[in-house]
Amino acid sequence: MTDDKKIMFIDGKEVEFTNEPNLLEVIRKAGMNVPTFCYRPDLTPFGACRMCVVEVEGRGIQSSCTMPPENGLKIHLNTEKTRRIRKTVLELLLANHDKECLTCEKSGSCELQKYSEEYGVRRIRYPEKKLEDYLPVDDSSPSLVRDPNKCILCGACVRACDEFQGHAVLGFANRGSKTVVQPMAGKPLGQVDCVNCGQCAAVCPTGALTIKSDIENVWSVITNPNKKTVVQIAPAVRVALGEMFGLKAGTNTIGLIDAALRKLGFDLVFDTNFSADLTIMEEASEFLARLKSGENLPLFTSCCPAWVKYLEDQHPDMLKHLSSCKSPMSMLSPVLARLVPEKLGIKRDEMSIVAIMPCTAKKFECKRPELSTDGHPDTDYVLTTKELGRMIKSAGIDFNKLDAETPDNPFGEYTGAGTIFGASGGVAEAAVRTAYEFATGEVLENIDIKEMRGTSNRSKTIQLDLKGTKLTVRVVSTLREAEIAIREIKEGKADFQMLEVMACPGGCVNGGGQPHSCDNSAIKQERAEGLYKEDEELPLRKSHCNPSIHKLYAEYLESPNSHKAHEILHTVYTNRFEYSYKNI
Amino acid sequence: MSVEISHKIDTSRLDSIMAEYGYKKSNLIAILQKVQEVFRYLPEDSMTYIGTKMEGLSPATVYGVATFYAQFSLEPKGKYEIKVCDGTACHVRGSMPVLNAIKSRLNLVDGKMTSDDGLFSLETVSCLGACGLAPVVVINGKVYPQMTSDAIKIVLDTLLKEEA
Repeated sequence: MTDDKKIMFIDGKEVEFTNEPNLLEVIRKAGMNVPTFCYRPDLTPFGACRMCVVEVEGRGIQSSCTMPPENGLKIHLNTEKTRRIRKTVLELLLANHDKECLTCEKSGSCELQKYSEEYGVRRIRYPEKKLEDYLPVDDSSPSLVRDPNKCILCGACVRACDEFQGHAVLGFANRGSKTVVQPMAGKPLGQVDCVNCGQCAAVCPTGALTIKSDIENVWSVITNPNKKTVVQIAPAVRVALGEMFGLKAGTNTIGLIDAALRKLGFDLVFDTNFSADLTIMEEASEFLARLKSGENLPLFTSCCPAWVKYLEDQHPDMLKHLSSCKSPMSMLSPVLARLVPEKLGIKRDEMSIVAIMPCTAKKFECKRPELSTDGHPDTDYVLTTKELGRMIKSAGIDFNKLDAETPDNPFGEYTGAGTIFGASGGVAEAAVRTAYEFATGEVLENIDIKEMRGTSNRSKTIQLDLKGTKLTVRVVSTLREAEIAIREIKEGKADFQMLEVMACPGGCVNGGGQPHSCDNSAIKQERAEGLYKEDEELPLRKSHCNPSIHKLYAEYLESPNSHKAHEILHTVYTNRFEYSYKNI
Repeated sequence: MSVEISHKIDTSRLDSIMAEYGYKKSNLIAILQKVQEVFRYLPEDSMTYIGTKMEGLSPATVYGVATFYAQFSLEPKGKYEIKVCDGTACHVRGSMPVLNAIKSRLNLVDGKMTSDDGLFSLETVSCLGACGLAPVVVINGKVYPQMTSDAIKIVLDTLLKEEA
């Protein structure tokens, strides 16, 4: 046996391993599994829940998520002892848990429920949680609901908040049996500097952190005969929704989604990819203007609502760098709000605009007063991918048996540049494709900028040549990486002219509203590849080549960055720090 | 005779404490101890300010540390900090009657352990390592051995007379 080939034994079976960080990864690679609540491969192992215990010969009981593999190690997964420990852990957690399973948002996808069922927990030997020990539910946030009575203190949300977004809005407080996970001093989530990214809910094994649902609101407008319903779908939704119906991650189901939305009762089905193209027209023009004048560089992308709020909360002095472009969702909605009622001969309030997003922060974005017209929010409701999946199931639609349909025109036509918005690096790549041709007047032949792609590397610096003009673009995902880039700018060390930020690791494909994927690091990359595949297959791959975009400018918006375009497609930002609890 | 308790935070004082400890995250406990020494408790705004200013921390994280350790108080402490030992030895020698005597003399109840005039705050501690003198009460660092409910009342009355 050579040094680089290492083996261990799992239940007597010889298993090879290389650089796996812990036993649990070796176990999973070997096609086996042990239960866990607190282990999330993208986060630091914590060893809190003790569900993943295994028996290691000569070492006794060890938690497999924190123990590194060693050559020759012999471990056993399901011994009398490990099963007894796991069952006891479940009983203790349940004794302290609000067991309103039937009415819980997480019912059916709760890991505590799942393992309790698998381990046959039928009786809890410990006294029930006392009524006076119940804590109030916090539903102050437009995106998330925090129910501390369902928290099992696994700490996944605290780690996600800290390790992804770098500023731990959630933290442990108190000690022992009084421990809770909460924002600063128990303040409501809606009143602290939470950016609503939803990564906490994405990693939560129970119903302690869930997405605030807008499903009932949307049903009520769909079933209202006096309302026309218009819907738009974000890029990242199409490569993830299929997972809820047994399809492989990355399968592009846009045709099925369009069909399902019509079956649900939406009157007009459009695509946010169209307005991603529109965003590029505006943002590329804005970027070139800034490059020319040398002002407010680097330009920050403004598509990610969590990132926008982060800057408003933490770095109001940097807001001038942020592109004034609204996000694709918030560009399409005001266009729809103005043009669709005119076309159909109805009033704005006889129409509802719904957006299907991979994102929980979009629920906050659509409530921003600056993104409304005459007091009416431009986007009425935002549903996450998960919520759409649930609506499709509850409507009895057999998703996989649908015949693919196409979106309505003209706001359904899109290019490959629009579709790659859903992956980290996509916005920058799309912008460069257009900016190059705008700036040089020449056709960009090699349009794949592969250096910008990839979901595992959260910070990339790409150097480009716009026919003599050197351009450096920084692409980051997670606000922790964004903070590093901001520091560089503040210290005068930044050498880039454009900064693309997506708050979720890997971009929108891994958004807080996407189907469950926190136990598998590879899923976000598979989804991203689904988007790049669609990009490759589309006949048009540059935003400024979209004929419907040209038509919209010709008939309505005049030209990129025109007065009219500014009025409808651009926005302003607020210094939120000034009014926050942190301004002391 | 009441003690002024300021709720307005002097942030320059916090800045100098953080600077003294090099704004280092690993010095957080020492920083909080110093803040508590200055303000006699940890005002919420002080934790928010430290969590905002220091790299690698957030207000929620600082609050977590402050609420984990019993040595930190989120309530203003009194001019006289009374610590009643309730370790095993003190407990069996009658620390609870002493504690109750203090509570009734100073009108304190669980959840409100600082007197209205800001003069006294009360807490129980585990072992003080003076089991031979059980039950023990410590007031501002001074040890009062072999306390009884009558004896502690005399101690408190003396202090109250001094403050009058």
